[in-house]
This record gives sequence, structure tokens and C-alpha cells, in this order.
Amino acid sequence: MLDRVSRLSTFGSMPFVHFWSVIFTIILMSTTAAKSSVFEVANDTQIAESKKKLDAHTAEMVAWHFHPSTGCPFWLEYATSLSFDPLKEIRCYADLTKFPPFEDEWLRGGPMRRWVPRGKADQPLYVFETGGTTGIPKSRVNMRDFRTDYEQFSDTLSEEYFPKGANWLMLGPSGPRRLRLSIEHLAQHRGGMSFCIDLDPRWVIKLIQKGWMEHLEAYKQHCIDQAITILEAGHEVRCMFTTPKLLESLALSLEKRGTTIRKMGITGIFSGGTEFTPQWTRFAVEELLDGAFMTPTYGNTLMGLAASRPVIPADGYTIAYYAPQPRAVIEVVDFKNTNEVVPYGGTGRVKLTTLTHETFVPGFLERDEGEREHPYVKYPWDGISGVRPFHELSSSTTVGVY
Amino acid sequence: MHLPALRFGTPYESLEKTPLVHFLTGELVAEVSQTGGAMLSRDLRHAQRARESLRAIDPLEMVRRLKKAGSLYAEAALPVGDSQQTPEDFVRQQSATTGLPETLCRANMQKNLFVLSNMDRMLDALTRGLPMEILSQGWGREKRGVIVSYQANSPVLGLVLPSNSPGVHTLWLPVIALGVGLVMKPGGQEPWTPYRMAAAMIQAGIPAEAIGLYPGATDVGAAVLAGCRRSMIFGSTQTVELYRANPNVQVHGPGFSKIILGDDLVDRWPEYLDVMVESVAVNSGRGCINASAIWASRHTKEIAAAIAERLGPMDVKPPDDPDSTLAAFTIPGAAAALWKQIEAGMNTPGVEHMTAAYGSRFVEGERCGWLRPVVVHASSPEPSIAKAEYMFPFVSVVSCPQEKMLDAIGSTLVCTAITENPSFRSALADSILIDRLNYGPIPTTRLDWLQPHEGNIVDFLYRSRALQLPAQPVAAAS
Repeated sequence: MLDRVSRLSTFGSMPFVHFWSVIFTIILMSTTAAKSSVFEVANDTQIAESKKKLDAHTAEMVAWHFHPSTGCPFWLEYATSLSFDPLKEIRCYADLTKFPPFEDEWLRGGPMRRWVPRGKADQPLYVFETGGTTGIPKSRVNMRDFRTDYEQFSDTLSEEYFPKGANWLMLGPSGPRRLRLSIEHLAQHRGGMSFCIDLDPRWVIKLIQKGWMEHLEAYKQHCIDQAITILEAGHEVRCMFTTPKLLESLALSLEKRGTTIRKMGITGIFSGGTEFTPQWTRFAVEELLDGAFMTPTYGNTLMGLAASRPVIPADGYTIAYYAPQPRAVIEVVDFKNTNEVVPYGGTGRVKLTTLTHETFVPGFLERDEGEREHPYVKYPWDGISGVRPFHELSSSTTVGVY
Repeated sequence: MHLPALRFGTPYESLEKTPLVHFLTGELVAEVSQTGGAMLSRDLRHAQRARESLRAIDPLEMVRRLKKAGSLYAEAALPVGDSQQTPEDFVRQQSATTGLPETLCRANMQKNLFVLSNMDRMLDALTRGLPMEILSQGWGREKRGVIVSYQANSPVLGLVLPSNSPGVHTLWLPVIALGVGLVMKPGGQEPWTPYRMAAAMIQAGIPAEAIGLYPGATDVGAAVLAGCRRSMIFGSTQTVELYRANPNVQVHGPGFSKIILGDDLVDRWPEYLDVMVESVAVNSGRGCINASAIWASRHTKEIAAAIAERLGPMDVKPPDDPDSTLAAFTIPGAAAALWKQIEAGMNTPGVEHMTAAYGSRFVEGERCGWLRPVVVHASSPEPSIAKAEYMFPFVSVVSCPQEKMLDAIGSTLVCTAITENPSFRSALADSILIDRLNYGPIPTTRLDWLQPHEGNIVDFLYRSRALQLPAQPVAAAS
């Protein structure tokens, strides 16, 4: 549903040099959980603390969004249709299951002001869209959330691979998506600037649906040519956001010119997409990046960015994400009973909850599925690995298009 | 069993693998390593090495090695993936994942063996007697004294292979002998023939660096077509339309093969009933060379009834039953969807279902489905089902005046024309709608491999160009 392009990994901050020594330490320290044994699993105290924090944050956000002086028209009106009073009965995160499932159709069309909390009504608004190849796209209003999300992400980036003051290249979907502004803000926040390429994913999807593969290839090359022009123009670009497909194309195009991503000056890349599989990551690391550092991220317009555990050969390049709790929560839930999380290692659908002052979205069922992961010491709450399109919708979902 | 990718001879095991399961039991048969489009694109940088490794082998020796490969393929235990695979293992595995009866798997093996065993004759026929050294060296002198030169259009041929028809592999078997490497994306359910053939060829002395096997998703197919200057793809009518105008791609789709009975011989139709039945039903009707329509100006209802009487009782049998002739549709829901489509097509004025009296056509399994043979009669070429093709024994017997047939038949891969009328024969020979033409009662499925199929592979892979030598030594300019 929402753009599957923005992802985050806090271990982006870990330089390769001592990356391995840390991993070795973690292996020695490992105690529980077969799958995550190469990492330090969060202990019970850490997990309990994070749960307490989430419960308190949930109560605070519900109080904000359902109070007549601060809530948005949509939720205030919606509350009148509920059989319970959210202000009284939502005391912790688990209480959110009292809400009926969030319907993503609510996000289509106007007026957008129905989503603007009264407590934020005087702030400049952004509208970010997702989908929309045909029909009305889904939209989310934003004031500052995207900046907050990417500032938090910035804290995870290493100086070695993502040096402060370095310029960025944003080679990904632009237009009405939040990603383009977010990357630009990230670059600015870190003291640099962002060079951007126009890329319209709706046109890309149409090209695929029409079978115009030559046009698709030409459009992709058009984007890559622009990226190479920027990289060759002396702009001192060191960091990049891109998608797996575009990263492949860029690497191959540079290779044909006798150079590589690393030789063009890129030291750090963050990237995302449901096609971001362990095998693809291994291939990129072994054959495309020439030593540049890459960190996978998972996110969307609703949630923000999910951090990842270190992605390493010792763990079979497993990519496990952790939502930026308490601002957003990922649960891996049973396909049928979506109020029930699956056991650790079990497969289920992604359920997102967004809890910021700007946006309240309880229990949104994403178009992705994956496996539930143990809490990680750095993120002492549930994670998810193996993210891929939800199998019941995958035949109607076009993924990995840009 | 694990089937790794073969990156121009180097095995590659991916982290994620695709399971291949038995179509009846769901039991794991093998796991296949997966590649990606970018991996293939990178490897194609070395495509020229594939051709160079093949050109280093004397053409006659190459033919000898390919004949040996044929024997190994058909008779030997070969290292396939991480296992030793006997011919019987191969048959069982291919049947298990494609739904083809084992008897048909064996028959397809024999076809491949025949092509490899007769490679010298095939090359002689396809090159029209050109000495093989000329293709290898790039130029040479023909027996009649004329200098000729041929350039390879591509160092490798890319192949996007199908999952559902192991019979098509004969088309690419001559490629190695022509000094061109192979880059194959095996069909998802049928990696067996490419893998076993690669193993047999390598064991017979064909350089491993001349062969690439890149299992993967659709992006691998796209990379094959984008990266190889010559490629072959197998697909639907939509695929055919997509690549029809692309000279770098030879596209093989539905054949819409037909039998046409001329007015001069149609009254003797019972004599040709065996030819008609074989054309429709052999190889479970899966091939593009299976007849999907029979056209005549009269007796069509009787013909349809007679074919229905022969094919209607055919029933589903276990895949290892020697009498099993019907392949399963292994994609869940595929057979049901097709049957729904056929039922809608038959519910049209002028169309009659001739196999209705022989029991239900759709057979539903736990994990798959079957369609028993369907014969329909169409009183004119107008109903859409008169021009339909399905991957099981299906035939429309179409009533059409002879003088209107050539305007109405549409694209026809194989046309068996049962007529001795010279003017009708001449018109058939001139029709550009028809690719292969059989004069007389030859089943559409019986191919003479010494004839080109959907274009001559030599013409596709090589370009004839001028090369001149001075008649006398020329003094250097001062």
C-alpha cells in the first residue's frame, strides 16, 4: 500500500572494521533464541521497560487525538460511533485492539483537513501520497513527523560511511512522496545537501502493466544517466538513497564505464524495498558495492522508518527490522485473527500502528508479511524479518519496479 | 536435491532457494538456487568467452561430442546439482514437477536424443551444406569456389524456457554446435532438461564456460532479453505480440496448428482419422505443434463426432501408469479457470460440445487439476472458440468453405493440408500465415528435424556478409 521504499538500519552506524569484532562479541554473548542467537537478545527488564514506555505513550497519544481541543475532526467524529470512550478505556497499547480495524480506504480523497489535529492546526502542512497509479491515491498529512523520523535515523548513521557535511544523491521515487523531502532534510540535518533525480513510480508501474518494457528500460536509463552526471560533476556526493533496482542499474552502468559506486565516491547507501532479500543483499555486497556500505531499511508514509539489526553473513544476511517505537509499532499477526501475534519465528501479516501527535493510525494491516523476530538489545521489542508482499495480495501488487 | 545456478560453468548457491514439489503429493523434489537480473547482466560481460571456448573446438569434434552428450543424456547417470541423476530419476523428477505422465517424459527424452544423435545431418540441412569451418572461422570458400563469410550476431543465445512443455528443447540443441554459447533461464517447474543437458554436454567435453543456467524470477528473463543480442522466448500470445517486431528475439508462442481437408479429399475423411487424433492428442496436447483446429467444408460434424469417440473416453491415470496420457495442470486453480473459459466459449450459437457425452471434462485433484480431451464443432469460423488453443487435447472442428479458408485460418505454425488440388496447394504454399506446411496426411506433431522450425536458427544466429580477397597480390602503395 504505502511506498515500500524508505527503510532504516541503526547499525548503519557500525563501520565494517569493528563490525566483525562486535559481531564476534555478540556471538559469544548470545544466550537464547535459535534464530537470533548471533545477536544479543533483549532481556526481560529491557522488554518490560519498553512495554511500559509504549503503554504510556499510547495513552498520551489517544488522549491527544480524542480530546476535543487537540484531536482531528476524523477521530473526534469517529469516536461518536464507538461503543466505548477512548479517553477512558484506552490505557495501554493492548487496549488499541478495542478499535475496529483501520480501513485504508479512509485515507483516500479529501478533505485532508479532517486529519489535521486541532492542536496542530496552525502549522504548515504537507500532504504525502502513496499509490495512485490508477484512482485516488492514499494521503497522509504531515507537519514535522518526516523530519523527526529522519533526524532519529540520522543518529544511527556512522561518520565513516555517512560523513557529516557530505552531499547526498536521492535516486528514488520523487513527486508527491515524502521520501524526496525526507532525504533532503536528512542531508541538510547532517550539514550537506541533496541532489535529486525525478522518478515517477506511477509511470513506471503503467509501463510494466502495458508491457512497454523498452520504454521502461529507457526511463530507468534516463534516471541512471542523470545520477551518473551528478556523480561525475564534482559535487562531492558521498551518500545515497536508492532502491535495489536502481542500485543494480547504477552499479552496472558504472561498471560498463570501468568504474564502481565506491570509486565514484559513494561510501554509504541506504536502500529499501520488499525485494530486499538476504540473497539480494549478499549479491550487492559481494558484487555491486565495491566496499561501499549499504544498510537496508523498511518503512512507509504511515510508519516512518524501521531500523534493522546488523545484516551479516553469519546470520545468513537475515534482514530484521524494528519499528521506531513508541512512535510506531510493527506486529506480526495471524492472517485470520489479526489481533493475535504469531509465535516467534512464525509467519504473519504486518500490522502497523502509528502513534505521533500528528497521526494516529491503530492497527493498519499492511500489504506485507514476514516472520516475527525476537526483541533485540538495541530495540527491545518485536521485530520482523523476511518482509515480502502479503501472499493473498501479491498477484495484484507490482513490486520492485524502481 | 539442490540445483545451483551455473554462472558460465561456475556453480552458485543462493541463500534463498525455490522449492520444487511433487504435483500430487506436495513432497519436496528439489530446491533451486535463484539468481537475479543484475547478476546475469554482470556475467554477460564474459559472454564472448563462451563463444571463444567453443570456437577453439574443431567443428567435427564438436559434433562428435554432442552425439556423445546425447548418449549420456539418454543413458548415463550424470552429476546434476548435488546428486547423481539416472535417466529414470530424471523422468520421475520431470513428471513430478510438470505433471506430465512419465511416458511422455521418456518420449521427449528420445526427441532430444534424436536431435543430438543426428546433429551432423541437422547442421548440414540447416546450413544448406555449408562447411562448418566457415561458421567457426568466420569465412571460407564454398565447394563451388565462392568466398562466403558469416558473422555471429551474438556470442551467446539467451533462452527464456517454458515450464510446461519439455518438448521445446530440441530447438536450442544445435546452438552449441554452431559455436554459440547458451544462457538459459530454465522454466520454474521444468529445470530438468536444461540441467541434465548441460551436465551431459559438459561431461562430453563441451566447455562449461559456454553454458549458463540462471534460474530466477521474471527479472532474469528480462535481463536475458535485454542483455543477449539474440534470444529465444516461449510464452503466451501476449508474449508473442510483445516481441514480434524485435529482430533480436525469436518468440515461440501458441501454434494454432491445423489440419485442413480440401474439398477433393474430404469425403474420404475416415482414412485420415488416425492422423487427426494423433495431431490433437499426442504429448497430451501440450505442444504448439498439436492441432487445435481441423477445417473442412463438409462432414465436419461427423469428423468431430468420430474424434470425440476416440478421445472422449481418455481419462486421468497416475503419472507412472504406462497408459497415462493426460498431463496435469499443476498451478492450483488453472484447470478450473480454463474449463470455465471453455464452457463460456462453448455457450455460443453455432458451437456444439461433442465430448459432452463422455463424462465430465474437468477433473479436480487436491493440489492440481486435469482437463480431459474436448472436441467442439463450430458451424463457422466466427465463434472465438474456433480459433482457441489450450494446453491439453482440445480441437475445434470448423466448417468453412474451402475458398474462404485461407482468409480465415489466422496464424498457423503447422498446417497439414490433406488435398491434392494443385491450385489449393499452391495457395497454401503462398500463405504467409502458415509456417510449416505438410502436404498430405502427416500428423502436425511429426516434425522433420532437418527442416527449419519457426525460422532457421542459423539465419537467426548468423549474418551473411561480404568478405573480399584480392585476386592477385597487390603491391603496397608507396
